[in-house]
Amino acid sequence: MNKIELPKSECASCPHYSTEGLKKLGVDTHGVDFVVALAGNPNTGKSTVFNALTGLKQHTGNWPGKTVARAEGAFSFADKKYKIVDLPGTYSLLSTSIDEEVARDFILFGKPDVTIIVVDASRLERNLNLVLQILEITDHAVLCLNLMDEAKRNKVEIDTRKLAKDLGIPVVPTIARDQKGIPELLQAVHDVATGKIKCKPHRIKNINPKIEQAISKLTKEIKSQFPDLPNSRWIAFRLLEGDETIINALKNGTLT
Amino acid sequence: MSKDIHKILSLSNDLRWSIGEDFHDHLIEGIYADAAQIAAHSVTKKGQRAHTPLDTKIDRIVTSRTWGFPIMFLMLAGVLWLTIIGANYPSAMLGKLLLETIYPMLKNGASAIGMPWWLDGLFLDGVYLATAWVIAVMLPPMAIFFPLFTLLEDFGYLPRVAFNMDKLFSKVGAHGKQALTMSMGFGCNAAGVVATRIIDSPRERLIAIITNNFSLCNGRWPTQILIATIFIGAIVPSYLSGLASIGAVIGIAMLGIFFTFFSSWVLSRTVLRGEVSTFHLELPPYRPPQFWKTIYTSLIDRTLVVLWRAIYFAAPAGAVIWLISNIHIGDTVLAERLIHGMDGFGYLLGLNGVILLAYIVAIPANEIVIPTILMLTVMVTGVNGFGEGNGVLFELDSIADTEAILRAGGWTLLTAINLMIFSLIHNPCSTTIYTIYKETKSLKWTIVASIMPVILGFIITFLVAQIWRLLAH
Repeated sequence: MNKIELPKSECASCPHYSTEGLKKLGVDTHGVDFVVALAGNPNTGKSTVFNALTGLKQHTGNWPGKTVARAEGAFSFADKKYKIVDLPGTYSLLSTSIDEEVARDFILFGKPDVTIIVVDASRLERNLNLVLQILEITDHAVLCLNLMDEAKRNKVEIDTRKLAKDLGIPVVPTIARDQKGIPELLQAVHDVATGKIKCKPHRIKNINPKIEQAISKLTKEIKSQFPDLPNSRWIAFRLLEGDETIINALKNGTLT
Repeated sequence: MSKDIHKILSLSNDLRWSIGEDFHDHLIEGIYADAAQIAAHSVTKKGQRAHTPLDTKIDRIVTSRTWGFPIMFLMLAGVLWLTIIGANYPSAMLGKLLLETIYPMLKNGASAIGMPWWLDGLFLDGVYLATAWVIAVMLPPMAIFFPLFTLLEDFGYLPRVAFNMDKLFSKVGAHGKQALTMSMGFGCNAAGVVATRIIDSPRERLIAIITNNFSLCNGRWPTQILIATIFIGAIVPSYLSGLASIGAVIGIAMLGIFFTFFSSWVLSRTVLRGEVSTFHLELPPYRPPQFWKTIYTSLIDRTLVVLWRAIYFAAPAGAVIWLISNIHIGDTVLAERLIHGMDGFGYLLGLNGVILLAYIVAIPANEIVIPTILMLTVMVTGVNGFGEGNGVLFELDSIADTEAILRAGGWTLLTAINLMIFSLIHNPCSTTIYTIYKETKSLKWTIVASIMPVILGFIITFLVAQIWRLLAH
């Protein structure tokens, strides 16, 4: 296999750069400081990232839909203990299949401290559809630009700085199956979890003005009643679609 | 508080009217447009194609109309061939070790310390032998089949299988992803049932769950292989016998696939009527499997887990077998009564009472069917020179011994063929039944999924037996 050099950063020469601070804790999820969710399209290597972080040997397979339930594990990094939840891969969060519901409900109700969104770097545009939906729900996310080797093989180049700026979240290129980029990913997760990095997630812009007007009106109303809700605009989307789960969640207060 | 929410909801209802019905499409378009803009900003492509030319070339062949199915067939045959050929030798070695070396040692030890006969019988002749037999017979084929299957999976072949079979599945009113869950079923039906979660529509998911049992699972491959080797391999010249037995096993697997389609078709035309849903299946790039890592994880995650399950069920089943062959009612033992009671029905199906009783004992795990059949056969026929006597699961040093016992039990080619058919088409094992209940949360569908295949199995074996006997006369 070709060795692919990831873009070298200043960090690589820094003494703190290594997975040394990483302790793989397997399934021991007691007394965690932060909860991390692992989301992304099917077959982008979420389970590989999960295994790299937890030291668990969850079976990975090269077919979309391998992880149908969520798997949990733990690791500790820089004195903080993290629980990590591997969610089923989905193309979107807008339909109602069980795997999409599992993923959406965890991000929405489980309120993870950080959501790592794993994307296939060689198919970025298609993967971004899910990324944008997740960023409507949560403010705390890190983009894991995985399969960089395949992107390179397909002659795809990605300006991670521009991407990070557009999305408003940290972007880390990785080749998870070779453990490449995992230290940077850990650092980014740590920085978002501890609040060192504040995300300014992209919100969907290309919306028909008439609809946008309705959305902002409804968002304003939701905000006035639930000022602490981080995703009032997304709730507005769902209410306009008549999503029963969200209506019920709003009624019985599980959203806040 | 609830009043406030009411305000939000009524506002959203009003707005929903004003924005019209195509809100969902507008939203999706918006997301796509944003994604395209962001990607265009940061991505530069030097090549044109998303797939490398090699991927495309491979796909053109393995998903082609002409070659797609023959290649799938060859892959299946290749995996089976490697499993059958490769498992022989380690199986014999394990058998020698567990049954011919350790078993006599334990027996001698037990009599040396003066263990009562029933304790010795229950634990050594029952529990130990059943467990040892399962390990000897099951471990080698699993240790070969699972890693091979996992390598194909890691390479990215499974989604191509789904792609090829999509048309067939939609013709019978089922979901194309059922090809994936069907493939998983070839390893383990319980795993296949869990995998159906990737199917969105409840109707199509139920079809996939109910029909998963027709994927010949790992607990049944060894039964098929053994019976095919003894009876099918024997009717052709010896240089062809390997080929003939593999052909027979593949034939049964194909019959299973046929029944998957057939029963999906029946279900989607009757109780589970509905539209076929469309879906997108991304063909992932081919990735060279990480060979050793794959072997390691598939051994740990799959082989050992499944083997442990087999042992878990074999041990108590061994005790049950020993008990029913040693508890007397009047002057006959319980097992013999049960067998004679079922012999008549068994004959109608081209089987016998022993096989039917074995299938009842083996509901927890298909893996123990063959040991149970052999033990019960020895007991009712009173074949001398095999094993240790009543209720003892004995050692099988050679396939010839097994054959001699089965022939002495009145087995014919018809019995063998119908056993192979019945092994394919009968109720799922208890783990799968429980999994079906957990996934569907419906007693009704669990019962349908459990009973339908047994009835179908009775019908098919009955028809085969009648036609066979008609032609034989």
